[in-house]
Amino acid sequence: MRHLLRGVAPLGGERTDVLLADGVIVAIGADASREAGSATVLDGDGLVALPGLVDLHTHLREPGREDAETVASGSRAAALGGYTAVHAMANTSPVADTAGVVEQVWRLGQDAGRVDVFPVGAVSVGLRGEQLAELGAMAQSAARVRVFSDDGMCVHDPVLMRRALEYVKAFDGVVAQHAQEPRLTQGAQMHEGIVSAELGLAGWPAVAEESIVARDVLLAQHVGSRVHVLHVSTAGSVEIVRWAKARGIAVTAEATPHHLSLTDERARGYDPLFKVNPPLRTAEDVEAVRAGLADGTIDVVGTDHAPHTREDKDCEWAAAAFGMTGLETALGIVSTTMVATGRLTWADVARVMSTTPARIGRVASGPHAHGRPLAVGEPANVTLVDPTARWTVDPSRHASTSRNSPYGGTELTGRVIATFLRGRPTVLDGALTEEEHA
Amino acid sequence: MTAATTPGSREVLGPPEIARALIRIAHEILERARGADDLVLLGIPTRGLPLARRLAATIGQVEGVDPEPLVGALDVTMYRDDLRRHPTRTIGATSLPDRGIDDKLVVLVDDVLFSGRTIRAAMDALADLGRPRAVQLAVLVDRGHRELPIRADYVGKNLPTSREETVAVRLAETDGVDSVRIEAR
Amino acid sequence: MRHLLSAADLDHTTAVHILDTAAEMAKTQSREIKKLPTLRGRTVVNLFFEDSTRTRISFEAAAKRLSADVINFSAKGSSVSKGESLKDTALTLQAMGADAVVVRHQASGAPHRLANAGWLEAAVLNAGDGTHQHPTQALLDSFTVRRHLRGTDVEPDGVGSDLAGLHVAIVGDVLHSRVARSNVDLLTTLGARVTLVAPPTLVPVGAETWPCEVSYHLDEVVDAGPDAVMMLRVQRERMGGGGGATSFFPSPLEYTRQYGLDARRLARLPEHAIVMHPGPMNRGLEISADAADSPRAVIVEQVANGVAVRMAVLYLLLAGEREKA
Repeated sequence: MRHLLRGVAPLGGERTDVLLADGVIVAIGADASREAGSATVLDGDGLVALPGLVDLHTHLREPGREDAETVASGSRAAALGGYTAVHAMANTSPVADTAGVVEQVWRLGQDAGRVDVFPVGAVSVGLRGEQLAELGAMAQSAARVRVFSDDGMCVHDPVLMRRALEYVKAFDGVVAQHAQEPRLTQGAQMHEGIVSAELGLAGWPAVAEESIVARDVLLAQHVGSRVHVLHVSTAGSVEIVRWAKARGIAVTAEATPHHLSLTDERARGYDPLFKVNPPLRTAEDVEAVRAGLADGTIDVVGTDHAPHTREDKDCEWAAAAFGMTGLETALGIVSTTMVATGRLTWADVARVMSTTPARIGRVASGPHAHGRPLAVGEPANVTLVDPTARWTVDPSRHASTSRNSPYGGTELTGRVIATFLRGRPTVLDGALTEEEHA
Repeated sequence: MTAATTPGSREVLGPPEIARALIRIAHEILERARGADDLVLLGIPTRGLPLARRLAATIGQVEGVDPEPLVGALDVTMYRDDLRRHPTRTIGATSLPDRGIDDKLVVLVDDVLFSGRTIRAAMDALADLGRPRAVQLAVLVDRGHRELPIRADYVGKNLPTSREETVAVRLAETDGVDSVRIEAR
Repeated sequence: MRHLLSAADLDHTTAVHILDTAAEMAKTQSREIKKLPTLRGRTVVNLFFEDSTRTRISFEAAAKRLSADVINFSAKGSSVSKGESLKDTALTLQAMGADAVVVRHQASGAPHRLANAGWLEAAVLNAGDGTHQHPTQALLDSFTVRRHLRGTDVEPDGVGSDLAGLHVAIVGDVLHSRVARSNVDLLTTLGARVTLVAPPTLVPVGAETWPCEVSYHLDEVVDAGPDAVMMLRVQRERMGGGGGATSFFPSPLEYTRQYGLDARRLARLPEHAIVMHPGPMNRGLEISADAADSPRAVIVEQVANGVAVRMAVLYLLLAGEREKA
């Protein structure tokens, strides 16, 4: 299988030709067309070529909630979003806290064949925050787990967090923390502030996130481990991460597309599509998160793709589930909020949505390497983006099993046109390729 | 509402005609009621109320009595049968004279008698407020096209109209000028 | 009006219009025949997911006095407690031909969902949602204030006037109070000055942007001479005494001492000031018997005015042509 990508702009730079063959980038520039032979030619005039996107933060719901998403449906959504690899969070049923479950998820991903699905292992047994899960067994399993997280729940016990941070050093793992002080957020429904006071919804204060972030960077410093902060949502958290990095602490941080684009004002209609955890914050927080992403304080964009069934959202706010889908809109949101506004270049996008997440997740090498440079000899994981295409989000057409996108009707600039996983197109012309292979 | 006239409309009653009609009605009421002793004039807002006051003033003059206790307002909004056909109507004030209406001769006063539905509503409203000895009806204009078996006891002017026309009554108290005009819709 | 979801949705003109309509409704309620034919053939559903006999019977009386058919749908003992969703309940009411749904729900925003999720065409009337809003309570409170402080010999109900220049103190658990939120919105729309009085733990974060003042000291506010004092009901379980670290106040006794309306504070209020309470009262906690039973207390009258105000709202929502969404 050979594809010649004609006239594409790697990382938004000079236009050139790229030849993909046998899962590898075999030639770039004049060599590419010369060696193309019988390759399928893709007229990529003006399309930006990025290394295949890597999501460190996806909920695929399988096993347990296949009515909301499966590894297969989530993989299709990921491919459409330009991803070639996703990390599947551990809060499934059963919880991914054993080698058995993570191997199952890994295999389901390989069977689906659209993206590489890297399972995230739970930090604690059953996400209960009481006892370490068998982190070593998961690391040594066929799934080769390197990212551990109780995401959805905070590892709030400081001793447990310390042990986890220390323990994963043995296999170069990382603990990804969902920073939420549980006592300060009992029954919390939305960001605590002006809007929550008016709407009479129990508040989720910024300090509940910031106090855990502050504690965890200090713990990481103390034990000499790296720590990854998931979905940074407040200006204060950005500030703490910036401070920690200045002190040389090995902290990395994530922003979600929704915390880059939506505010707590969206709760005013009580539409649970806007209910998410951590909650949508104020305009000042959104600006701080954007600034943090632009200046490198925040390392990656992770989708926190959280599919939910209709019945879990078609209800009153307090009864609704937290979370929104994101795989199919993430690139468009980042492009619209950060690239179109001049705050990130396409090279930066490649860094925050591919290279750095792959490095943090330790998937940048080996037979399933991602986030590699677009260079000859590298695996042909490539995403093509039309940087000027304007399109309107229509959740009813999403490949995800669930429809809980907050962006229905939103016009975005920048659209994924094609995705190649190890040289094989999973998406062409913005649509999934035929079901196939594997 | 202003006194400005719509093109294509014609005035059928001016200030002197309206004054004469009301004086005549006042005398007719007195004649049939044999005095003002147990008489109550209930104006139906908006324009029935000033008409009732004018009739009471004339009656007071003729009989040498205070006209104030003769007059009340009867709002019929909550008794209408056409509420759902229109945007929500504002409820007007109902105020009965201190003497009440029980065993009184109540004369309902309105500006225009048309379908009769307002008067039907007024009679229902009245029944909820008390039990008059008798109920009569005085109107400035009867334009015909009745939809209910209702007729006026006292009429200022019978005005044949077509259904496509509108009868616009303006009174000094509410509109700054006395006039009755027929306007094409 | 298409729905009544929040007192914040009412502008000055609409608010005065509702109060004026309520005044006409109140007049009919002193007559021998109290029933009006106005809403004959209309169906009003009282959908109560949260127990509130007082509010339910007030709405029921209001609807019946206007000749509407009333269906009481209580979550207790209904399929709701077996897990039927709000959506399915709404679809059921739609199928039953409800013209208006009066909804009381423990979740803030549930009436918004009923009104806007496309499940139901009926007018939705919020009868109290979570800690969000209770607009008819605010309307009856404003009606009561206006009647007492703006009534004249000619217009005993103060028809046509607003509450400009009046000072109202709202005292107690503001954080969890939909009554406080609704009243801040409506009283200020009508021109009154509002002071919230509560311990800092019971003032919501974000209230600093509300169009009112906040005080932590009831004595200071009493001495400032408010025209009306509204006492809020306090949930005993929020008041410490075994509640542990999450209690908002050390003890009921301390609350009463700091924030209770007792005979001493009552005596220091201006001569004309009225005392209000949305009920049900915790006598001896937020209000002493002296205050509750004093001639200045208009608490029983609030109940009567509640029926008139709810009649007015039902009339304005249901009598005319249905406004398009």
